[in-house]
Amino acid sequence: MNKAIEVKSVSKSFGAYQALKSVSFDIGNNEFFTMLGPSGCGKTTLLRMLAGFESPDTGSLLLNGKEVVSIPPHKRRVNTVFQSYALFPHMTLEQNVAYGLENLGWEKARIRNRVGEMLERVHMSAMAARKPAQLSGGQRQRIALARALAPEPEVLLLDEPLSALDLKLRQAMRDELRTLQRDTGITFVFVTHDQEEALDMSDRIAVLGGGDVQQIGTPTEIYEEPVNRFVADFVGETNFLDVEVLETLGGQATVRTPFGLDITVPATGSAAKGRATLSVRPEKINLGNQAQGIANGITFEGHVTSKNYMGGYTHYTLDVAGTQLRASRRNASREGDTIPVGATVPVGFVAGSARVLAA
Amino acid sequence: MSIRHDVKRYPGLGPLTAFFFLYLYAPLAVIVIYSFNANRVAGVWTGFSLKWYGSALNNAALMNALETSLIIAAIATTVSTLIALSAALAIIRGKNVRFRKLSETVVNLPLLLPEIVLAVATLILFSLIDIQNGMVRLTIAHSAFCTPFAFLPIRARLQGMSLDLEEASADLYADRWTTFRRVTLPLIFPGVFSGAMLAFLISMDDFITSNLLATGGSTTLPVYIYSLIRAGTSPELNAIATLLILASLVLATAALLVAARGTRENAEP
Amino acid sequence: MTESALPTTAETERRPRTRFWHDLAFWGLLPSRLLMGFALILPIFIIAAVSVATRGAYGGFTWDFNLAGYTQILFNEGWTGELEFTPQYLLIIIRTFLLAGATTLICLAFAVPVAYFISRQPPGRKAILVYLVTLPFWVSMILRVYAWMIILGKDGTLPNLLEILGFQPGMSFMFNDGATLTAMVYTAMPLMVLPVFASIEKLDGTLIEASHDLYGNRWVTLRRVILPLTAPGITAGAILVFVPALGAVLEPTLMGGGKQMMMGSLIQLQFGGGRNWPFGAAIAMTLMALVMIFLIATALRAARREAMS
Repeated sequence: MNKAIEVKSVSKSFGAYQALKSVSFDIGNNEFFTMLGPSGCGKTTLLRMLAGFESPDTGSLLLNGKEVVSIPPHKRRVNTVFQSYALFPHMTLEQNVAYGLENLGWEKARIRNRVGEMLERVHMSAMAARKPAQLSGGQRQRIALARALAPEPEVLLLDEPLSALDLKLRQAMRDELRTLQRDTGITFVFVTHDQEEALDMSDRIAVLGGGDVQQIGTPTEIYEEPVNRFVADFVGETNFLDVEVLETLGGQATVRTPFGLDITVPATGSAAKGRATLSVRPEKINLGNQAQGIANGITFEGHVTSKNYMGGYTHYTLDVAGTQLRASRRNASREGDTIPVGATVPVGFVAGSARVLAA
Repeated sequence: MSIRHDVKRYPGLGPLTAFFFLYLYAPLAVIVIYSFNANRVAGVWTGFSLKWYGSALNNAALMNALETSLIIAAIATTVSTLIALSAALAIIRGKNVRFRKLSETVVNLPLLLPEIVLAVATLILFSLIDIQNGMVRLTIAHSAFCTPFAFLPIRARLQGMSLDLEEASADLYADRWTTFRRVTLPLIFPGVFSGAMLAFLISMDDFITSNLLATGGSTTLPVYIYSLIRAGTSPELNAIATLLILASLVLATAALLVAARGTRENAEP
Repeated sequence: MTESALPTTAETERRPRTRFWHDLAFWGLLPSRLLMGFALILPIFIIAAVSVATRGAYGGFTWDFNLAGYTQILFNEGWTGELEFTPQYLLIIIRTFLLAGATTLICLAFAVPVAYFISRQPPGRKAILVYLVTLPFWVSMILRVYAWMIILGKDGTLPNLLEILGFQPGMSFMFNDGATLTAMVYTAMPLMVLPVFASIEKLDGTLIEASHDLYGNRWVTLRRVILPLTAPGITAGAILVFVPALGAVLEPTLMGGGKQMMMGSLIQLQFGGGRNWPFGAAIAMTLMALVMIFLIATALRAARREAMS
């Protein structure tokens, strides 16, 4: 993997607040890389460091192998799509897109061609002479993209660019972003707090929390194999059960569940004997006849205490020997939602879909 | 109005507001009307005449005073606007400004103190360090008390402008100066313009300081008019006043239109 | 990568802008500090010193410490050197306060209803009305005072009108506190209306509806909803009107005549014909102290109000 960006032991404090605690990771060339985390996790600070608006207290940042900490923003071949888009309100769309090229000293004719090409690419050619105030949110977003991509940066930074859009538009923009990234082959570094966006678009995701990288991996790895409680909790929904690890063997652990059953499930490396947490995603839990006859499955009985009909899914809350479990069931047919509150039903999941985490 | 009970409507405010505007403009109208009076005694109307305008325009002392005022106002406006602009940039955009609040208070100080106090204090200073030239005295004093008037609109505009825009500019390969020239300045221009206009107005209008600091050769327009008023009301004075009122209104309207257009066109989405 | 303590409170989006905005502060502030230091702060220190200096024999002053400037405000030195209380200047101080206060109140009484009415107009008309309020402010102050000299003076508009109506001819309304007050109110009015308007316009109309919904009539709504919520604008307007009014020079000189002085015209006199610089400086210091007390009190009140809401 060619490294587009190397983050090496970067730390940063604002007063008494430590935004980043010695963070290190690499981002590959042509990668769609997402930094995912709740607000205050340090992801925006990291992005602003890559752009050059902040500098780390310690550590170093390499862009294509070159140290950039001491290089001011206007000399870095990195462009940003701002959360607010930051389109210059006094310039037309054309002028906005041309701005970076002019500062790079491109020739007039070349600028004109490139601007035309970029506006074409984001389907905004017809509005070239308008000003940003005359655009809708989605259109502004596309101009912000065109402006940032026009100078062919080595890396494109995107700071929650979809957060200001409404739901439908957001979905369309996700596809558009993904396509743009594949077509241009530019490394995208995307910052978001929306796990769905991250899972949908990224080649790799870094989950950040408390100023630290919690896990880096492909979307599937992050969702299916969270390394700790934070990641399992932040990405997707899950059930946490307090368990006791009886023994570990080759990535597997045998644990005693609160409802008395001993089961053997995959475990993270750090899980040792003693108290631990078992994570099972609600959609991995089967109910009723689906729960019976699962190969390599774990089956027990639960009592339905409440349910929420969500249209495509129904969420059930179950009581299993005093432990609360949430399960969600796809309503595959109109009659899918058939288990009544108060019923006692078989409950089960495949052992491989659960995971033991350090407590 | 189809609303039977418009709770936001208070009865009698319409007529009161009408009266208010009558009150604002009637005194100015009185000056204008009397300026066309043929009679030498301003209050006694004997017929329509434009002759006082002729004598007003041929009044060399008036033209001198106007020239003095314009020169001082031009210098004071330029100096105070530049100083205000640089102070506003530092206070709003500067990082780690020590005593930010205090620095701002210092810039705004002329607004917080009665002008007469500053005027006599400056008079004492100038006589102690022996600055005798009236133009120099007035230019320095005007530059100082015009600064907050230039500062406030610039500051407001700068504060309303998102930092993202300047960062976006830096991100797009513009150095600090290019960013200032192509992004910051065009966007705060309505504020700079309003500030400069206000500074110009305040300088042109100043009487208290100018009256105390002026020397023989530096009689400003308000000081000259004051001397005319002390000599007694006259139709010629009314004609001069009318011309000045007209000039102020035209200038003010132009300034407000320019500022409004700039603000509208560069509205951040 | 270990599980770390997570931030318990959601930190608001922290976006400090460290490296980009360096050293702008020092150089940017330098010109204003130099100018204000020389043309404002230095003179203030000097006038403070002069207020305790000794009056020179032929105007001016000598640097000998002397509190005469201040004692003169309240006392007159008799033949034998004993101090005798004379209210002459105290009365001027009181008049200054009363006139400035009355100016502020009258402006306020006009500004609130007018600003409210303007704020309720459709956008186009509203812009025009605001423009019309602003416009007279651009006309030279001395001319705005002069207009009232023509109206109230001998052979003026008002006496002429009254004569037509059958009152006795040759009346004059000039050279008294009423005339001074009239001109002060007139020159200050836009300064009160504009900030009050800015405040009233921001007022959320549904709050007025909510007040009526909760059984408040127009008067209750005005007193308990509209006025409290426009307090910042009223405070701003009061400062803009009251402080310059305390230092008024033109109005008392032109409208009040030589006798009905205010502190401003008294100070000016000491540096003109009166030629008693230490006394003038002492009055100036007193005026400045009064203004400062007023501003600090206002700031404290505003701070307390902010802390409560």
